[in-house]
Amino acid sequence: MAKILAVDDSTSMLQMVSFILQEGGHEVVDACDGVEALDRARNEPVDLVLTDVNMPNMDGITLVKELRALATYKFIPMLMLTTESSTEKKQEGKAAGATGWIVKPFEPDRLLATVNKVLG
Amino acid sequence: MTTLNDPIEAAGLDSHGDTGQHLTFIVDAEEYGVDILRVQGIQGWDSVTPIPNTPAYVLGVINLRGSVVPIYDLRGRFGLDQIAFGPTTVVIVVRVETDSGEKIVGMVVDAVSEVYMIDENNIKPPPDFGSSIDTKFVHGLATVEDKMVILLNIDELLREHSAPDDAIVQDPIESAEPVGA
Amino acid sequence: MALDLDEFHGMFFEESFEALDDMETGLVNLDVNADPVDLDAINTIFRGAHSVKGGAGMFGFTEVAGFTHVMETLLDKIRDGAMRLSQPTVDAFLQAVDCLREMLRATQAGETVMSAHVEQTQRSLESILAAGDSEPVKAAEVDAPVSASTESPADGDPQVQLDTQRWSISFKPHAEMLATANDPLIILQELSLLGDLSVTVDMASIPGLGELESEKIYLGWQMELSTNVTRDEIVTVFEWVEGECDLEIKELSAGRDQGAKSSSEYSDIEVAKTADPAPPAGADKQKPAVPARATNSDAGSIRVGIDKVDSVINLVGELVITQSMLSRFGEDEGFLDFEGLRQGLVQLDRNTRELQQTVMQIRMLPISFSFNRFPRLVRDISGQLNKKIDLVIEGDQTELDKTVLEKIGDPLMHLVRNSLDHGIEMPEDRLAAGKSEVGVLKLNAYHSGGNIVIEVGDDGQGLPRAKLLQKARDRGLVGANEELSNDEIHHLIFHPGFSTATNVSEISGRGVGMDVVRRNIQDLGGHVELQSEEGAGCTFRIRLPLTLAILDGQLLRVGKEIFVISLVSIVESLQVTLDNVNAIAGRAELFRLRDEYIPIVRMNELFGIESDCTELEKGLLVVVESDGIQVGLFIDDLLGQQQVVIKSLETNFRQTDGLSGATILGDGTVALIIDVPGLINKCLANALDNGRSLARTAA
Repeated sequence: MAKILAVDDSTSMLQMVSFILQEGGHEVVDACDGVEALDRARNEPVDLVLTDVNMPNMDGITLVKELRALATYKFIPMLMLTTESSTEKKQEGKAAGATGWIVKPFEPDRLLATVNKVLG
Repeated sequence: MTTLNDPIEAAGLDSHGDTGQHLTFIVDAEEYGVDILRVQGIQGWDSVTPIPNTPAYVLGVINLRGSVVPIYDLRGRFGLDQIAFGPTTVVIVVRVETDSGEKIVGMVVDAVSEVYMIDENNIKPPPDFGSSIDTKFVHGLATVEDKMVILLNIDELLREHSAPDDAIVQDPIESAEPVGA
Repeated sequence: MALDLDEFHGMFFEESFEALDDMETGLVNLDVNADPVDLDAINTIFRGAHSVKGGAGMFGFTEVAGFTHVMETLLDKIRDGAMRLSQPTVDAFLQAVDCLREMLRATQAGETVMSAHVEQTQRSLESILAAGDSEPVKAAEVDAPVSASTESPADGDPQVQLDTQRWSISFKPHAEMLATANDPLIILQELSLLGDLSVTVDMASIPGLGELESEKIYLGWQMELSTNVTRDEIVTVFEWVEGECDLEIKELSAGRDQGAKSSSEYSDIEVAKTADPAPPAGADKQKPAVPARATNSDAGSIRVGIDKVDSVINLVGELVITQSMLSRFGEDEGFLDFEGLRQGLVQLDRNTRELQQTVMQIRMLPISFSFNRFPRLVRDISGQLNKKIDLVIEGDQTELDKTVLEKIGDPLMHLVRNSLDHGIEMPEDRLAAGKSEVGVLKLNAYHSGGNIVIEVGDDGQGLPRAKLLQKARDRGLVGANEELSNDEIHHLIFHPGFSTATNVSEISGRGVGMDVVRRNIQDLGGHVELQSEEGAGCTFRIRLPLTLAILDGQLLRVGKEIFVISLVSIVESLQVTLDNVNAIAGRAELFRLRDEYIPIVRMNELFGIESDCTELEKGLLVVVESDGIQVGLFIDDLLGQQQVVIKSLETNFRQTDGLSGATILGDGTVALIIDVPGLINKCLANALDNGRSLARTAA
């Protein structure tokens, strides 16, 4: 069981991801954009960050970049949830420090398997 | 579903599904029944707040745990004479289904009688009462311990028409008895 | 694990409709000629399409996902500057938003989503996209449609059975690979799940101890994997570290060198380190101060069903009743000695009221939810009519109850359409009248007393008084010699079936008249008034209660019955002197109140109640008003005033003439609430039956 920060501006997506992770036995901290996520992550250390890319106020890529700059998050796995299949966005994410990505839409089991894999 | 389970379920249906419990009550010496699953509660008669310009059988509304619930006088609904409410007079609170959804209403009866198990197969269709009670208010007739019980269709009976009320009838008993026997 | 995701559908739809509204607002406000393109606006619109697409994909609504994908691609190009924004493109997007709304509704209702209309809209978007491609601005790559990821072979049971093959894998992470928290051990573990794996560590690059950096990785691995999965699946394991390592995968059995991925650089390797990415000692554990964010006001909000809120409101309503019952008991002399109990009751009273107010707040929403659809409407209609109209919205953050908000939408729409159609003139007419050719339509909302006031105003031609009066005379509503005040003439438009438009237009004259607008507003316990000046414009002012759940009530007695009447409808209460009463035709009674004659309604007769005083001078007359018309209700006595929780009679009974609902009093009994506007309308109808056009006729 791990504490996971899930970030998405879409409430339905966020609640669904949280639901899947919780069913998988994880504790979930959620945030609706990068700004909120950053606040949460600073106040409450998590074991993994799972973030949408396109969000208002602060997007997922900036969030990853900001988090990586924090000492506590230097080696915390960060995954991007993305519908963008273009390699460009993925590379942008990687350059910002993202560990990897999960392409939407995904199967719930697939999300859990990936998350569990990254958590080691 | 496997075929193995089928006979068991079918048997289950036979032993329970067609038999329903009915709460019976007395109105003017006649015994009526209503599906017990529709009954929300029974309470003593208390004062009501009358609603102006409604038929006489709409006695008024009461506060039932925070809900405003209308109370109908079944004697009035059947077109019988009013009698003074006595110590056995009770309000049976039932759930009715209407076009505009489920409603909770109370009906005043002379007294509560029994709870009977009645086999659906033993319920006879309502006979034509002729000029008497409208058959649409009757779900069927059942004979229990040699007595006849008129099972009511409360959805029809307690439906509130915005138009002036359709008349129901005098005295269902006399004409009903020969048919039910 | 089979998780049921259906429960998230409702939320997805709700959210998607909101996203569509946002897109619409963004599109309507978009300045096509802005150079450079307003990126913020485009981004907002893009995000809307994007989130609908993402959700639709997740929930398997493939038609919706496909449709939004085309929109998203197009927006992406505009965002990247690969395509220019034009008015036709914006129009096409607006149509696409409508279309998408339709598709979502159909999906929600479980109906067929694809229709000729949908396909046509999608094609027109695609043709814009295709046209954009030929534009030599900048070649942009079109995203491939999103498809579900292939099933992970992580369970070691691949679906496609291949012969076991041996692979040689050389994996040499770059020194900085840990910076993305990709742990090589996890990759090795994952590989081992694919088949038999043998691993040799390559420590050749470990630098001297003094040059070792704790955050870098210096190890490499040489592996042999016997597996029946495809090469692609092996590559997938390394997907996330592509470009961050040197990777070579060779098929040993075949002995061929298959596409080794070469790296451009080898890091300077200085010190060895295990693969354990422990944070360096002395890591800053201090939590940085949380920066204050002004834009973050909605953070931490949750979305709950309105039914849950309503059930809380109902429970609080019951609590209020229980509390007032307890208070009454507490006033009993027997309890005088129990000081603690009395104090507790006082506190309970305070807490209950606070709780009630707080709970009611939950249902409050800003009126922007209703105002937001007007920019689009004004844009579309002014285009159709070739009018130039500026829409000004003020006070759109003014809050009101969700139910009131929902029900006021249609009346507002009607008033706005009316203004656009009949109020504001054509540009040339405006110029001729010495006005700016651009007309102004103003929506405004503010709180006033316990009410919300909503104004719909324009600077158009105002109501044509002469025309109105002529029409009323033609229809026999007003006598040929009868003179009306300006206000009375204006109010004629609320008369059933009265429409001033010479021909019924598509914009406003769809059968629903102003009388329906007024009735809708009255049903909400509000009223509408208007101010009009010919040539200068017309303003409708709607006054509504903030909530339909609670009413400031005046309790009154008729016979043994207690009724409640809304305090705001009461003008005054007075005792009657018979000198001021005139009986007409021995039947109707009129009371002279200063210069006005108002009809008297005897409540005991109207409601068929046995009353203890039938002589007018012994009871009380409560003068009530609705839409400028006054009536005197004759009652036995006035009791207290209190806030009451409104309960619908329709819930378990039906709507009843003269009553707008019921409430439960402190003693637990039910009191009926009198419907003043309904009563006055009925009274007017009776008055008309009696051969008098309006109740204001002097005796």
